[in-house]
Amino acid sequence: MADTFEIEEGAEVPEHAEVHDSHHLVHESTGIDNRKLGMWVFLSSEFLFFGAFISNYLLYGGRDFDSVVPRDIYDIPFTSISSFVLLMSSLTMVLAHHALSTGDQNGTKTWLMATALLGSVFLGGQVFEFTEFIVEYDMTLTSNPAASAFYMLTGFHGTHVALGIVMLLSLFGIARREGGLSEKHGMNLELVGLYWHFVDIIWIVIFTLVYLIGAA
Amino acid sequence: MTTTASRPASTIFRRPRSTEGFWSWITTTDHKKIGIMYGYAAFFFFIIGGIEALLLRIQLAGPNGSFLNAGEYNAMFTTHGVTMIFLFVMPVSAAFFNYLLPLMIGARDVAFPRMNALSWWIFIFGGLFLYSVIFFGDPTPPAGIADSSGAIVAGNLDPTDATLLAGLPDGGWFLYQPNAGPAYSPGTAVDFALIGLQILGIASLISAINFIVTVFNMRAEGMRLLRMPVFVWMTLVVAFLLLFSLPIIAVALFMATFDRQFGTLFFQATGGGDPVLWQHMFWLFGHPEVYILILPAMGIVSEVLPTNSRKPLFGYAAIVFAGAAIAFLGFGVWAHHMFSSGIPAVAQAAFGLSTMTIAVPTGIKIFNWMGTMWGGRLRFNTAMMFSIGFVAMFVIGGLSGVTHSIVPSDWQQTDTYYIVAHFHYVLFGGAIFGLFSGIYYWFPKITGRMLNEKLGKVHFWVQFIGFNLTFAPMHWLGLQGMVRRTWRYAPETGLGPWNLAVTIGAFTIATGVAIFWFNWIYSKRKGEPSGLDPWDARTIEWTIPNPTPAYNFATPPVIHSLDDFWHQKYTEDEEGRPVRKDDADDLVARLDHDGRNPKSPIHMPAPSYFPILMALGLPLIGYGIIYHTTLVGLALLFIGPLITIGALIGWGIEPLEEPEEHQEHGEGGELVGAGAH
Repeated sequence: MADTFEIEEGAEVPEHAEVHDSHHLVHESTGIDNRKLGMWVFLSSEFLFFGAFISNYLLYGGRDFDSVVPRDIYDIPFTSISSFVLLMSSLTMVLAHHALSTGDQNGTKTWLMATALLGSVFLGGQVFEFTEFIVEYDMTLTSNPAASAFYMLTGFHGTHVALGIVMLLSLFGIARREGGLSEKHGMNLELVGLYWHFVDIIWIVIFTLVYLIGAA
Repeated sequence: MTTTASRPASTIFRRPRSTEGFWSWITTTDHKKIGIMYGYAAFFFFIIGGIEALLLRIQLAGPNGSFLNAGEYNAMFTTHGVTMIFLFVMPVSAAFFNYLLPLMIGARDVAFPRMNALSWWIFIFGGLFLYSVIFFGDPTPPAGIADSSGAIVAGNLDPTDATLLAGLPDGGWFLYQPNAGPAYSPGTAVDFALIGLQILGIASLISAINFIVTVFNMRAEGMRLLRMPVFVWMTLVVAFLLLFSLPIIAVALFMATFDRQFGTLFFQATGGGDPVLWQHMFWLFGHPEVYILILPAMGIVSEVLPTNSRKPLFGYAAIVFAGAAIAFLGFGVWAHHMFSSGIPAVAQAAFGLSTMTIAVPTGIKIFNWMGTMWGGRLRFNTAMMFSIGFVAMFVIGGLSGVTHSIVPSDWQQTDTYYIVAHFHYVLFGGAIFGLFSGIYYWFPKITGRMLNEKLGKVHFWVQFIGFNLTFAPMHWLGLQGMVRRTWRYAPETGLGPWNLAVTIGAFTIATGVAIFWFNWIYSKRKGEPSGLDPWDARTIEWTIPNPTPAYNFATPPVIHSLDDFWHQKYTEDEEGRPVRKDDADDLVARLDHDGRNPKSPIHMPAPSYFPILMALGLPLIGYGIIYHTTLVGLALLFIGPLITIGALIGWGIEPLEEPEEHQEHGEGGELVGAGAH
């Protein structure tokens, strides 16, 4: 970083320097866009948010209670498929980003919609799973701490996915209305992409620790 | 950089443009105005928290006090703690961060000005939400828990205890479970605390992200990381502490709220839950929180001491890295709050050791501050006296803190007044003395006038004596076995005389604070004008006029070294002593003139209606959750998100700038409503 700032003693900043830029004095010191850096910083906090929920599940998930606990009723093949769907949505997200970088606005729209749809399929799977657990196995939010921990963790993850879908659809809507994404919205696409990949990564951790290892 | 040229100026979503009057404060995105609002709000809550402390002390002034009942006493110590920590020390620190951070790194504003306004509004709504339990809390008296024979064994022991004051949250600021769970704390008081803290946490998280990006990205040319003032470094460290500790308490608060509202069993031992889990999660946040409170004051002291010692800061890099080390180690010591909770012996030993370790970076800082003063030409103004007071009192608090790393000794002191003495020495003698030092030091920056020095010194000595009279005797009271959180003690204990001294001390502190308020009100109107550089300072926030112009820097500063302003004014003789340059006074006069007369139009972030609107939705959601079983609650659960999401949409589509609109400002400068992200 120091190299960026090498300046000579007594160097003067041209007086018109700030006129070019509406809100920054000089430049973004690190060279990373403010919003992108902000998103990275936010996501680092989110890791601890889910880390706490996952730890909470790991504490309770292995214990025995009088009522049905999640590890007895996991449908691993079903969840594997929905996990695969969510993983694929990361691929389509990358494709959307790539399409925009090559100026392919139609491709961008298509892949954005594909990502939102895959995300919705995953959410649908979660709704199905919750319904099955509640109706078939009578395991509700309040059955026991293990069930509570399971629903809280996967529920908050699902909420994150749902928010991601809303953001994807907003971008899609903007792209449709304006005939494509401008440079500004290109950054928004990157931000949504970062968020979306984060939500996917967290799911990989949840699927491994909570479903696969938890059920073993 | 945003491209806004292609964006037509919207006629529906005009950016508000008032720069003065009521609406300018409501819609402002100016970090200075936001900082000032944080400061006033914090001192408003300081009055409330102080009154609560005085009520506690009246109750304990003599044996068998009857001023408060048990329920009121519980509520008072809980709200005193919550208010002083979350609604006074944190927001005063936030006021300093907001006001000073951009000035110290040579920026015109923070990275996300609208988000900055958003975190301020969320904060104030969160604080008001917490206290709105008085108006909107469940008025039915909390029932005691009866055993099978009908005798009341837990909860409020006496139904007549249910008074207005007793209706405030009463589970301790740590809200230990299951005491603060649905069975033992019925009613809504604890819900207001849980959700209020959740809202305050969102505010802090948003500002943490904002400050981190600001420090990394908004530095002026030449402002390398290791040229930043220590205060900026401590801001950065605190922002990271917030970033990593808040999500943990957020999860814990969600779990406790679900326990109370929706019947989950996370912390309810009767249903298989684990109450100690709450303690782990709470202190995993709560211990970093301690450093969130103290590090800003350490940053302030690191600015005040060298300036008033006429010397550079001794061991700049050591102080910076010690601050980072404290933050890092701060995540590994939480269980020293839980030595009596039955955690395994190995864990006790490990956390005892890590607690000792954290004294090392703290000690480095203390020695560096002393090294800064050593051999300096000290100026004993009020700011300096508060800083020296900080160092002395913090050493006492730090030493009593290290005694807690000796586990058997800690068992003895757990839940006694020894602990109360310890943390008031670090949080009051430390944090609050440091913050007062900063207020005396930067008051001219904010108002263009000096705080009265005579009143300031009276304030310092009254507060200093009052402080020690209040908290020093608590050490011996604690060692004699006086327990915390207990509303009365028997005359036979012999604790009366020292308790009376403590109460007198508490009122002495209140007198000191009253002198300060008088000084503030008086000096704000009639204080001596400060000029540009009242302290002969080192850092670049003093290179611009006082009070700070709306645009901060008329010309972007270029930084050549640590303590840049000092090096512009001073050179060295052969023995390394500072010698003021001949043209230093001319330089200051020129800076003052140039700072008031920008040579070209300056674009500033435009105000916005949406931050306050977006924040407004959150307390409504909070009420909705607490009253979700009623129709009004359900309606609020619909309206709250509607307002927040609606404001978010407005936020997204309001024009970033309206290029055709111009406003005159200052003598030569022009403010153009321009884009915030």
